[in-house]
Formats: sequence, C-alpha cells, structure tokens
Amino acid sequence: MTILTNKADKIDRLAELTQSSETVTGSSLWREAFRRMRSSKMAIIGAAIIAAFVLVAIVGPWLAPHGPTAQNWRSEVFPNQGKFVGMRGENWFGLDHLGRDMFSRWLVGARQTLLVGVVSMLIGLIVGALVGVLSGAAATLGGKVGQRVDTVIMRFTDIMLSLPSLLLAVSIAAVLGQSLTTVMIAVGVVQIPIFARLLRGSMLVQGGADYVLAAKAVGIRRKRIVLTQILPNSLSPVIVQATLSLATAIIEAAALSYLGLGNPDPAVPEWGVMLSQAQRFFDNEPMMAAYPAVGIIITALGFTLLGEAMREALDPKLRG
Amino acid sequence: MSLLELDGVKVHFPVKKGLLFDRTVGHVYAVDGVSLSVEAGQTYGLVGESGCGKTTLGRAVLRLNDITEGGVVFDGTDLAKLPSEEMRAFRRRLQMVFQDPLGSLNPRQNIESILAEGMAAHGIGKDAAERRKKIEDILAKVGLPSNAMSRYPHEFSGGQRQRIGIARALVLEPDVIICDEPVSALDVSVQAQVINLLEELQESLGLTYLVIAHDLAVVRHISDVIGVMYLGGLVEEAPSDALYAGPRHPYTKALMSAVPVPDPEVEDRRERILLHGDLPSPANPPAGCRFHTRCPWVQETKCATERPPLLDTGDGHKVACHFTAEIEAGTVKQTLATGIEAVIGTETVAAEAVETAEAEAPAEKPAEDEAPAEEPAKAEAPAEEPATVPAQADADATEQTEDSPKA
Ligand SMILES: Nc1ncnc2c1ncn2[C@@H]1O[C@H](COP(=O)(O)OP(=O)(O)OP(=O)(O)O)[C@@H](O)[C@H]1O
Ligand code: SF4
Ligand SMILES: [Mg+2]
Repeated sequence: MTILTNKADKIDRLAELTQSSETVTGSSLWREAFRRMRSSKMAIIGAAIIAAFVLVAIVGPWLAPHGPTAQNWRSEVFPNQGKFVGMRGENWFGLDHLGRDMFSRWLVGARQTLLVGVVSMLIGLIVGALVGVLSGAAATLGGKVGQRVDTVIMRFTDIMLSLPSLLLAVSIAAVLGQSLTTVMIAVGVVQIPIFARLLRGSMLVQGGADYVLAAKAVGIRRKRIVLTQILPNSLSPVIVQATLSLATAIIEAAALSYLGLGNPDPAVPEWGVMLSQAQRFFDNEPMMAAYPAVGIIITALGFTLLGEAMREALDPKLRG
Repeated sequence: MSLLELDGVKVHFPVKKGLLFDRTVGHVYAVDGVSLSVEAGQTYGLVGESGCGKTTLGRAVLRLNDITEGGVVFDGTDLAKLPSEEMRAFRRRLQMVFQDPLGSLNPRQNIESILAEGMAAHGIGKDAAERRKKIEDILAKVGLPSNAMSRYPHEFSGGQRQRIGIARALVLEPDVIICDEPVSALDVSVQAQVINLLEELQESLGLTYLVIAHDLAVVRHISDVIGVMYLGGLVEEAPSDALYAGPRHPYTKALMSAVPVPDPEVEDRRERILLHGDLPSPANPPAGCRFHTRCPWVQETKCATERPPLLDTGDGHKVACHFTAEIEAGTVKQTLATGIEAVIGTETVAAEAVETAEAEAPAEKPAEDEAPAEEPAKAEAPAEEPATVPAQADADATEQTEDSPKA
C-alpha cells in the first residue's frame, strides 16, 4: 500500500503543476519556465548530456571506426582462458569476447538504446494518455455515469501501479517471448498507468478551472470543451513525465536485456544486450560491462536532471 | 409571471470518502431551499457573506451545478428537469459573468476565439466574417478597442478582462445575465466603471440581471430587489429602498449596522449590532433558524427548533424570522449581549456579558410559555442602553465584525 501511495502521490503532485495558470498564463507558463531553467545548473547539465547522447545516437554509426559486428581480432581474445584485450590505440574501449571493437559497438549501441527508450516511452505515453483522457473526460464532464467509468479505470490503473514495475515488465516479457519488441512493449506497458493517472489528474485540475465552467456556461459541447480547452492546458506535466520516463525506460529496457529477455540477435549492439553479454566475463574483464553501464547511467541521469529541472521550473510553489 | 423563478432550489454536495469505492458520508448543504423571482428587465441583488452559497445558487440556475431539488423556471420552462442538450441550447439566453475575470478566460485562446466559440456553438452568424463583425460591435459596446480581438487574456488589465467576460455573455444576446461578484476582484477605482457599464447595457439591451455580491454597497444602487442570504437560505427579501430604509431580519440589521454612515455625527451615535461566533459550516447547519447560533434576538421558543419560512410582512418585504413583528414592536428584546453594551462598561464587562448570555440563553428551556421568553437579566439591561462607543471598545468591535460582510 505504501508503494502505491508513494508512486501515486508523486504523480498527483506533478498533475497539480498547472493549477497555477490563473497567475501565470498558458504560453507564458512555459516561457517563464524556460527563463528559469536557463539559470538552473541541473537543467543545463541534463540538456548537455541529452544533446551529446542524441548526437552520438544519430551520427555514431558513421563515426564508428570499425564494423560493430566484425570479429576482426577474433584470434586475440580467449574468453575461456580469461584472456582479453583492454584499451589500446586501435581499440579505444578494447575488444569484447568475440574480438569485436567495443568502441564501435558502444557508438552504434547508443542509437539502439535511444530507440528502445523512446519507443517504450511512446507506448506508455500514447496508451496511457488515451486511458487518461478517457478517464479525465469522464470524470470532469461525464456526470454520474462518467464518474463510475472514471472510478473503474482508475482503480485498475492503481492496481497496475502498485505492482513493482520490473516484475510487471518481466512477466509481460515472459509471456511475449524474447525479442526487442518484447522489451519495448513490456517497458511501455509499465508506463501506461503513470501517464494515465497523471493526465487524468491534470485534466481534473483544469476541469475545475473557471474558464472551463465559462465554456460550459456559454453552451459549448462537452467533447469540444475536453478537446479544445481542458486537454491543451493539461499537457505540461505530461511533457515533464515523458522526459523522466525516458530515463526509467532506458534503465528498465537494459534490465530486461540483462535478464536475457531482450534482443536475441547479437549482431545488433544495444547497451543492455552488451551488458548482459559482459556479465559472463565480469571477473576477468569488468571494463566490458563498464562502458555500456556508464552509458546507461549517464543518459538516464541526463533525462532525470532535465525532467526534474522542468518540474521545478513549472512548480508554482517554487516560483518567485 | 416572472422571467426567472426559483422554487425551493436545493444544492447539496455529497461528501465522499472510501478506500476502493467512494461512499457518501454526508452533504454540504450549500443551497438549501431558495425561492425567488426575477422580473424581466430588473435587477435582483443577492448578498451574503462568503460561503453562504451565492455562487452555488447562481451556477445552479445555469445548471453548472447539479440541482438536488427544486425548480428553476425560466420563461415558462423548468430548466432543472431539462435534458442536457436542451439545457445547452437554453444557455444562449441565460449567461454568466464570473468572479475571477482572468481565471474565467482560457489563457490559450485569443479574444476573438473566446467570443466566437459560443456563437458558433449556438449557430449565431453564418460564417467567421459575420461573427467577427458582431464581435467588433460588442467589443465597442463594452468599451474595448477592436484590436483586442487578436490579443490574449493576460495582455489586458483586470477591468478590461471583466469587460471581455461581459462581451462573451453579450454576443449570445441573452435575456438574463447572472453576475457573480462581477467587481469584487477589481480595483476599487475600476469597480464603479464596470457597474456603470452593466447598468448602461441593461438600459440599452433590456437585460435582466441577477447580481451576486458580498457587499451591500455594490448591489444597492443597481438592484430593484435585494435578497439577503445566510447559510444556504434567504433570510430577507425586499425592494432595494425598503430594505435600506428598514431592514427587518436580525441578520440584515447586523449587516446594515456595519455600514458606516457618511455624516460623522450620525456615525458617532450609530448603533452597531455585533455578531459573535463564526459562520457555522454548511456541512452541519444549525437546526431551526439557521441564524439562531448568532442572532442577538434569539428566543428560547421556536428559534432552535423550527425553521422560519420567508413570509411577506407587507409591501413585498419578506422576512424569515419567527419574531419579526415582535422585534419591530420592541416587545422582544435582544437576548444575547452585543457590542452595544460595550458602551457602558469596559471591554471585559462586555466580554463577560457575552459569555454569560451565551451560557444561559440556550440552556434554560422554559416550560409552556405563551409570551415571548424573558431574557436573562444580565443581557437585558445593557442592551437597552444605546450610547456612544468608547474608542477602545470600538476598535475591538471592528475586529469582531470582520467575518460579516463589510461595506
Ligand atoms: N463542488 C463543491 N463540493 C463541495 N462543497 C462545495 C462545492 N462548491 C461549493 N461548496 C461549498 O458550498 C458552500 C457555498 O459555497 P459558494 O461558493 O456557493 O459560496 P459563496 O457564497 O459564493 O462564497 P464566496 O463569497 O466565497 O464566493 C461553501 O461552504 C463551499 O465550501
Ligand atoms: S427566528 Fe429567532 S434566531 Fe432566527 S432570526 Fe428570528 S429571532 Fe433570530
Ligand atoms: Mg462566490
């Protein structure tokens, strides 16, 4: 129960961020937030890390000095005898257990990791937002039936939310079988209740605003009020959460890969898969695990920093 | 028949609690049986202190709140029972101006979009161009430049925003406009301008108003009829002049006595009726007369047990008090100590008197007593003695009146 309340409370607090739009208005809400973020170290560091990561993900494959799958130095490593090759001029990050260039694999893997993170997050965002809009619309303007619908949906998402996310993801992945798609779906599904609860909460806050009442008083139809008035004003917390979710998605995807539920095709490097491959040789060559691990940690940190900075910048209580 | 008639309107908000599924554990009796009628072309002013249910009542008329019980008859149609799509169509004829001018405007819409949206929803104007023409007209009527159309709400001043809110109502050509504290969020210097604008518009367009205020001064000169609300119900209703000339309900008397008089000599001699205690919670309103926990004239019979109906006491002056006639005639005296006796004693004496009176009045239940109950002696003597108020007691008095509406 405490797990649920902690998670749910955090989401609900985020949902209330836009409440202050009476004092700081719409477009200037974000303009103001950006102004504050420009002077925030957290935001700058986060943005810099993300920019570097995205750049590597995009141009990495062209920068890679060697083919990521080419076993050029197969004859130099003997994993069975614990003989590996570490950093050297030709191979900056050394070689992996099959004699492939780790640096090239790392560069190419960044793209795959970003892809997995973004797709997983989008699955959670899109499905979660749909559920959230339905629930939020039902709750704000649906009358008594709507409130029932909302209650049922929300209890269901609360149950999902109360399950440990990794356990949920592992169960889903176990059902779907081993593949990259599995990882993305499993990680995405875990995010669904978060986005659903968040958007619904944010819509409830906006739904109680006077301008929504005014639109109703003027005679605008419910559906239109939800789509043109409530929804656009409810999205700020979702943007913040999407950024934070990229961090968790990347970590969870890596965890699933590490557990062997990820991409079975070793040809495509991905940080999670690389980490999982490295674990067998951790005693002899810990560096093989370190490169992908550091990549994952730093990237996740970048998204978390930026997300938290946005949250702070939007928070009316912290605003001067 | 009046244009707008409220018949025993009740709005009760359920208070919900529950782990899995919400259970109703009680109600907030925000509006509890209000009947009133507004004549076409006139202004009905509704006053009462914060939290007494004015906004809820105003919103109930437009069905922005669910109506728990009672009828809202507008031009012969009972809105309370209308299916929602038909109600939506009726909203063209019944409009609302909100208390918070900025909060009631969507920050992401420009003024043209805000005004055109309602017109489109009711099929007013063939196309955008025709609507634009109409919007220009209305903006001029409320005193805004036509270049306001492409601007956003946060670019305007408070008074201008309220003009936009008024324009939003006007573009639909309504018959009735409910103004919920239309000026309370505005600077005092702008308040009069907006009130005057409302008055001009009423004259030129033949509008009917229900104006809500917590401030008697705001409604005084624009209202034809004034209703005074206390804790979800009307306690007094009278033509504006009659109400100001002679308030009959103890609550109204207390409100009026708090209004300063411009003449300093009269002001000095003015009797102030101070209400002690706080406004009870509408979730747990007192039984009987809602006002009996604070009424200076509270009697031991009836007041705590029977809710007085709003009855006509002559000339359309309606009062909801069991003892209106007796209080008028002076045969019933103030039973609870009020600020007036601060006159003869020091602050402490006054405070003591309040305490004793409070303790005694509700406690003693007389046996069958036909005559109005006798007041506890301690409270009676000082209550009869009007005189000038010493400065110190006066300061204390102002403090105590804080929670009743100020003028
Ligand atoms: N949606 C709601 N749910 C529960 N209680 C409500 C709701 N809306 C209003 N109330 C309660 O109903 C009572 C009357 O509120 P209302 O806003 O009508 O008062 P008011 O007279 O307009 O006060 P003010 O002068 O502060 O605007 C208050 O106690 C308020 O807390
Ligand atoms: S009925 Fe009694 S308590 Fe109510 S106003 Fe009259 S005298 Fe006061
Ligand atoms: Mg109000």
